Amino acid sequence: MNVVKKLLIVSVPLFILAGCASTPETTMDEPAMQEEAAPAAVEQPVAAVATPVEASTGFSGHPLDDPSNLLSERVVYFDFDKSDIKSEFRDIIAAHATYLSNHPSASITLEGHCDERGSREYNMGLGERRANAVSKFLMLQGVAARQIEVVSYGEERPAAFGHDESSWQLNRRAEILYKSR
Amino acid sequence: MFAVVLNFISPLCKLGAIADDEVCSLKIRLLWFVAAGLLWLSGLTLAQAALTIEITQGVEGAMPVAVVPFGWQGPPGSKAPEDVAAVITADLQRSGRFSPLPVSDMLSRPTEGAQVNFRDWRLLNVENLVVGRVVPSGDSYIVQFQLFDVFRAAPLIGYSIRSTASGLRLTAHQISDLIYETLMGEPGAFATRIAYVTEIRSRDGARQFSLQVADADGHNPQPVLNSAQPLLSPSWSPDGKRLAYVSFESQRPAIYIQDIESGRRELVTSYPGLNGAPVWSPDGKRLALVLSRSGNADIYVLDLERRNLQQITRDYAIDTEPVWYPDGTALIFTSDRGGTPQLYRVLLADGRAKRLTFEGRYNTRASFSPDGKRIAMVHGDQGEFHIAVMEMDGGAMQVLTDSRLDESPSFAPNGSMIIYATEDKGRGVLSAVSVDGRVKQRLALQIGDAREPAWSPYTGTQ
Repeated sequence: MNVVKKLLIVSVPLFILAGCASTPETTMDEPAMQEEAAPAAVEQPVAAVATPVEASTGFSGHPLDDPSNLLSERVVYFDFDKSDIKSEFRDIIAAHATYLSNHPSASITLEGHCDERGSREYNMGLGERRANAVSKFLMLQGVAARQIEVVSYGEERPAAFGHDESSWQLNRRAEILYKSR
Repeated sequence: MFAVVLNFISPLCKLGAIADDEVCSLKIRLLWFVAAGLLWLSGLTLAQAALTIEITQGVEGAMPVAVVPFGWQGPPGSKAPEDVAAVITADLQRSGRFSPLPVSDMLSRPTEGAQVNFRDWRLLNVENLVVGRVVPSGDSYIVQFQLFDVFRAAPLIGYSIRSTASGLRLTAHQISDLIYETLMGEPGAFATRIAYVTEIRSRDGARQFSLQVADADGHNPQPVLNSAQPLLSPSWSPDGKRLAYVSFESQRPAIYIQDIESGRRELVTSYPGLNGAPVWSPDGKRLALVLSRSGNADIYVLDLERRNLQQITRDYAIDTEPVWYPDGTALIFTSDRGGTPQLYRVLLADGRAKRLTFEGRYNTRASFSPDGKRIAMVHGDQGEFHIAVMEMDGGAMQVLTDSRLDESPSFAPNGSMIIYATEDKGRGVLSAVSVDGRVKQRLALQIGDAREPAWSPYTGTQ
């Protein structure tokens, strides 16, 4: 008995540690993990997105207004002259895809942006391609085309105004803006 | 005495303007936004928008020249409305090809040919001498000048030009052009203008954009359009009277054409998606532009008279930044169809594209020299973006600039200089570099950022 108890006492913290190590990106990612597991499931996932976070963080209200909900993340960042979606942003886009498919009257504007390097009109095209990449991802997950409007601002609306990589990395982005919920 | 070789009717006359009736009489279903255009005018003060010029790199062995302060034959005690000689001196200096003698070093100050003692100027190693005077004549002024070869003691050219008080700067630029052409054997581009976009950010984050037109020396900046939303890609009509540009004033990009003088403007395209990079054809009848209504950025040509749209490129890539061959039969454009953005040529007749640039991973935004012999472009290398030129007959690429964020090259109408946008100490500034890379000058705004420069064609209008 004693041995078993001791093993339990020892193994519980180990289990917790192991759990932490495998999901190092804090609780924010949790809802998305659930979503990815059942991306096509209707209705429930949205509730599932909101409920556990509310319970754990004390935030309440609309899931789009909950800072600990994945849906509160509305910016996808890109590498220089690239428009492929990096793996770390797939969960965010998937969360929005689920929300939009479950709320057919909801609609968004996808804004594509670039850093200041290179020529402006080329960046206008690149910004559009970035927004389109997010748009395609959303539509593959069941979002209707009529829910999405794409607009490119190229390098004309930077999020940060510096002239080095610390600003540029924040400017190479696509923003998800809800027009209606 | 002055040899009056030629009388200019007025500096305000159209020296080289193209009478383009077809374009001037665009009537077909045009939406003129006169009121809107006027609404946008106003705002920036001239002081905010003024450009100052600094020569950052000149040519060694520039030609020594002296421009003597012009005489004034107005009433005693009065002053000429403009220091014409000072404007000419600054023009010649700015070109980098001349080294003007400081006025304080002059041993004599003749104001007409008969007063010139050539020995005074030979002593100072001045090769060419400009003397002149301004004579009031009713409501206008007559500017007379003569250019001398000092060592041969021979007059080269002499002109008498009628002008007005507000036109004296332009007259001075025209005199600079005449001097430049006589001594350099190629036309000058001093009496031309530049269009550019300024942005002023206030502390609360509000952004004020303005499309401006100024003299080539940065003087007389005039706002063409003010907006709280981005403005970009100004392009001159061949007659120098209108600008095409992209405005985000409706939160989406749209292409407009605006008459500079009257402020009247016309919405040209506002399709879903991109509406960008408008460029006038050499004959002024068509506009090359970029639309993404087919799903991604492609090049189109819009017939301004018939209003029909011809799709030129059909590729999944970003095809953008068209420029016309001087003969109007082909375009150069930027495309990343090969994996990285490079320049391509497409013949309008068959739509077939051929890659032109192979050096480096980033070559965009071509600008043709007026004679069609070379192109300037943005050349990206090791994370830096420079202005480079390439000879069209297969010559190598030559990088002209060494700052790291250079963009938007635009040739002067005489092909001698390229104006471009760059960044200096965190601010957007305009710079100009000679095609051989030896002369550089910077045009800095007193406040805010300047960018998207476009050098006007020859017009003679103001």
